Amino acid sequence: MDISNTPSLIFLTTAIPMITSLFLMVSGKRPNVRESWSVIGAILTFLSVLNLLPYILSGVPLEHTFFTIYPGVCVKFRLDGMGLLFAGTSSFLWILAAFYCVGYMRGLDEHAQTRFYACYAISVGGAMGAAFAGNLFTLYLFYEIVSIATYPLVMHHQDKEGYEGGKKYIVYLFFTSKAFLLTGMVLLYMQCNTLDFDATGIVNGILPAGANRTLVTITYLMFLFGFAKSGIMPLHNWLPSAMVAPTPVSALLHAVVVVKVGVFSTARVMLSIFGTQLLSDTGLGIFTAYFVSITIVTASVIALTKTNLKARLAYSTVSQLSYILLGVAMLTPNSVTGGLIHITNHAFSKITLFFCAGCIFVATGKKDIKEMGGLGYRMPFTMVAFALASLSMIGVPPVSGFVTKWYLAIGAMDIHNWIILTILLVSSLLNAGYFVPVVIQAFYGKPLPEDEGLTTSLEKRPLILFMVIPLMITAAFSVIFGFYPDLFIRLVGAVDKGFFGHIINGIAGS
Amino acid sequence: MEHYLIENALSYPILTVLILVPLIGAGVTLFLKSDLMIKAWGLMVTVLTAALSLPLFFNWDFQTPKYQFAQLSEWFPILHLNYVVGVDGISVLLVLLTTFVMPLCILCSWTYIKTRFKEFVLVTLLMETAMIGVFISLNTVLFFVFWEAMLVPMYLLIAIWGGERKDYASIKFFLYTLLGSIFLLVSIVALYVKTGTFFIPELMTHTYSFGFQMWIFLAFTLAFAIKVPMFPFHTWLPAAHVEAPVAGSVILASILLKMGGYGFLRFCLPMAPAATNYCMPYLILFSVISIVVGGYLALGQSDIKKLIAYSSVGHMGFVTLGIFLLSDEGLKGAMMQMINHGVTTGALFILVGIIYERTHSREIADNSALGMLMPAYVTFLVLFSLASFGFPGTNGFVGEFLVLLAVFKTHKVAGAFSIVGAILAAAYMLRLVQKMVWSDSDGHAHHDHGDGHGDSHGGHHALYDLNMREAGTLIFLLCFVFWIGLNPKPLLDVMDVSVTHLLQQVSDGAQIIPTGGEHGGGHHASLMEWGQNIKQFFAFR
Repeated sequence: MDISNTPSLIFLTTAIPMITSLFLMVSGKRPNVRESWSVIGAILTFLSVLNLLPYILSGVPLEHTFFTIYPGVCVKFRLDGMGLLFAGTSSFLWILAAFYCVGYMRGLDEHAQTRFYACYAISVGGAMGAAFAGNLFTLYLFYEIVSIATYPLVMHHQDKEGYEGGKKYIVYLFFTSKAFLLTGMVLLYMQCNTLDFDATGIVNGILPAGANRTLVTITYLMFLFGFAKSGIMPLHNWLPSAMVAPTPVSALLHAVVVVKVGVFSTARVMLSIFGTQLLSDTGLGIFTAYFVSITIVTASVIALTKTNLKARLAYSTVSQLSYILLGVAMLTPNSVTGGLIHITNHAFSKITLFFCAGCIFVATGKKDIKEMGGLGYRMPFTMVAFALASLSMIGVPPVSGFVTKWYLAIGAMDIHNWIILTILLVSSLLNAGYFVPVVIQAFYGKPLPEDEGLTTSLEKRPLILFMVIPLMITAAFSVIFGFYPDLFIRLVGAVDKGFFGHIINGIAGS
Repeated sequence: MEHYLIENALSYPILTVLILVPLIGAGVTLFLKSDLMIKAWGLMVTVLTAALSLPLFFNWDFQTPKYQFAQLSEWFPILHLNYVVGVDGISVLLVLLTTFVMPLCILCSWTYIKTRFKEFVLVTLLMETAMIGVFISLNTVLFFVFWEAMLVPMYLLIAIWGGERKDYASIKFFLYTLLGSIFLLVSIVALYVKTGTFFIPELMTHTYSFGFQMWIFLAFTLAFAIKVPMFPFHTWLPAAHVEAPVAGSVILASILLKMGGYGFLRFCLPMAPAATNYCMPYLILFSVISIVVGGYLALGQSDIKKLIAYSSVGHMGFVTLGIFLLSDEGLKGAMMQMINHGVTTGALFILVGIIYERTHSREIADNSALGMLMPAYVTFLVLFSLASFGFPGTNGFVGEFLVLLAVFKTHKVAGAFSIVGAILAAAYMLRLVQKMVWSDSDGHAHHDHGDGHGDSHGGHHALYDLNMREAGTLIFLLCFVFWIGLNPKPLLDVMDVSVTHLLQQVSDGAQIIPTGGEHGGGHHASLMEWGQNIKQFFAFR
């Protein structure tokens, strides 16, 4: 395999969205051209990520350092399965979201669409960079780029609510990244004299053997709370506030790209900086598992109380994100696999749900679940997709969410932890508790008085089709991934062939 | 003397030329007539100086801590007073910073200064001579002459082209700095009396008694702490910044404040190493206070210039913190922070100048919601603001990271407080950007419908976007933001040997233990104890 041109291959994944944003800004006056660029950029980005897949599967390591700031602190890209999983998911969903945006933004005749599309592209580019970051500094750099680029999207409406939401967003994200992440980075560099990720796998970590345990614990906590994008409680509050943004933002960014950057970064730091060995020796792994369990349950309970559909989805996201961390924190091959593939599984299912919420809003102007009685007959495709994605959230086979819960449950049993197993069950019940009523309301609920007797389909307008087709595709993929999770499991396995050995072999054998 | 110096090997005496070109340029200005000619001449002279200073970087010898490009000639033999100039890894970067910032000062004043342009160019060029002189002098008398020579042009800059309260601000600036200068002079004379020489490298090699070190250390520190400015001597800065014209603010922020940091590195550390070690906890304490107080005060400002002025207090707190941690990362971080602050804050003041020319107001409220009207301006504003609060990938991050690294290694509590400063920095810059790019939280941009309130700041000024001159100035600085941010190695290499040498001097000289000696033991003992307490508190052991 030709290695000579490969550094640029990784860099392309980040560069294409960034360059796309320039094209978007230039063609702001011509909407059709602008939106074509958006779609073309998304497709090219996905292809550039897909292009890296053979390297992972054949085990060719790829890494390249672009700039060195200080010994051990550099801008460096490195390819691994975990990054590819995240990047592939985000870039593929961007293609669908790019179509969806056309329907949504035009359907509502939103202002400042050029700014919207440009920031959207930059955010995705930032996520690509974070996915392929080869060290902590690069990760931090792209994490912050995502923060900055999403701010204009959150306050898009530029009304009081938008500004308040945006303010909360930026305060939470920058406070945590400056207060905890920066400190954590400095403390880590003090102990290791480098910020590079462990290239050998996910077991050893980079901390020296004799590291001071107190300092290690403090450093770890700094990272756990530093990546506030992961929506971990008590730092989750920005996410529901960020729902003031247009729905495509909530869908792609606040269910996939932004929050997953947070979760991905936390997982990355846990696995590639600290390593499973140190985390289990110090007990920090199981501490994290319990800590995120609180988020899983609490967020689900809060979601039950919300009747605004997007708010309910937001709290569901907070809860689901912690599954990923829970899986990683249990530190067994099964649980880590379950956690990491949930990045993809949750992405496809949750983006479907948000797409549905946005589609309902554009077609009918409804935001509240109580108003949606009988909507299933007027928007059958949308509501069926919603039902399928809900099943994934709950973890019903054969939808993809089941695969996650299966691996997580095995992981919990591997460490003989009944508390976590119970939490998984309780949380599944809670998920059912807030998703099933929406579906029931849509198909069996009584319509609002003014909607009484209306039976015409709402899904026939061309602009609505721009939204319905993407959400059907994502729902279909949710189901497909429930049947065929192999590729993702192999990608995760490629991160550390020794650690995940028996899982990869099991798949290859079947 | 050759022991300390490497003779200039270039075909022309580069350092002397650097101070003479602006000086002669200033002289020629007197004979020019039209404004345009004067402007062009000022620009030409400063650009020429910048071009002439480039060989300093390209012919740099990275291996030696000696003073390079040196020149020595007799001046007053009777006092053993020579004209001697030279640069080491610390001063050369500041010289380059000066020569590169000065053309921008002329450019950003192109239309900002409307009256007495001849005097303006004259004063600016004199200022450049004096500032370069300060950084290259290797002789305390020469240093002092240039140091004082800066005062008058700067006073004039504020007093002639300043804002409404220019008299108050210029006098305050003048008195504060003059007060510092007096202490500077006293120490210079004291050092001469003690050693019989004015030659700075030689003064560094003498071993002074602890008591004497304390006295000169305190005097120097007072002078430089005012210049930096360090809390509680910072009050002149916001006044001066707010009232100064844009070029004055840029010179103040980019170069004048660096003189304080440079002074600490050139005088306090090598000449009074024992006293430095002894007073280190206090200076760390005041640096941390500067960082936090500067950030806190910046957060509450409604005047853009004042906000940036207070942010300077915070940023320079990082510089003094880095210096007095007395470690490799600390000193390098401090140096990087000085250069970065010069670039970034200079750019921010230029941005304020640009918007002031259009709206005639420095209030955030009058300059809000520019996003749609001036997209190019806003882009620069965002980028420089990010650099200012240490966004990764920009220059600000490098200095901040190195200083934080140094502080967390030895003084964890001080580190925690500096992190507070870093958070505040992000907070006030993001607040400023939010308000200027979009608008207040009530969603109204003031100039969009200002016709109603009938004041002159109302709706009708032409909010045209950047012209080529302004954009060029900013792009030039932006290149440095990203160059230093992504590849600071050349700069770190330039200062590397000199920083190591300086630390060696400090650790060698730190052997002298305060035995009481000339000034009474009990006094020292209690001070020492306090110092130890502070140190322990910060170190968190």
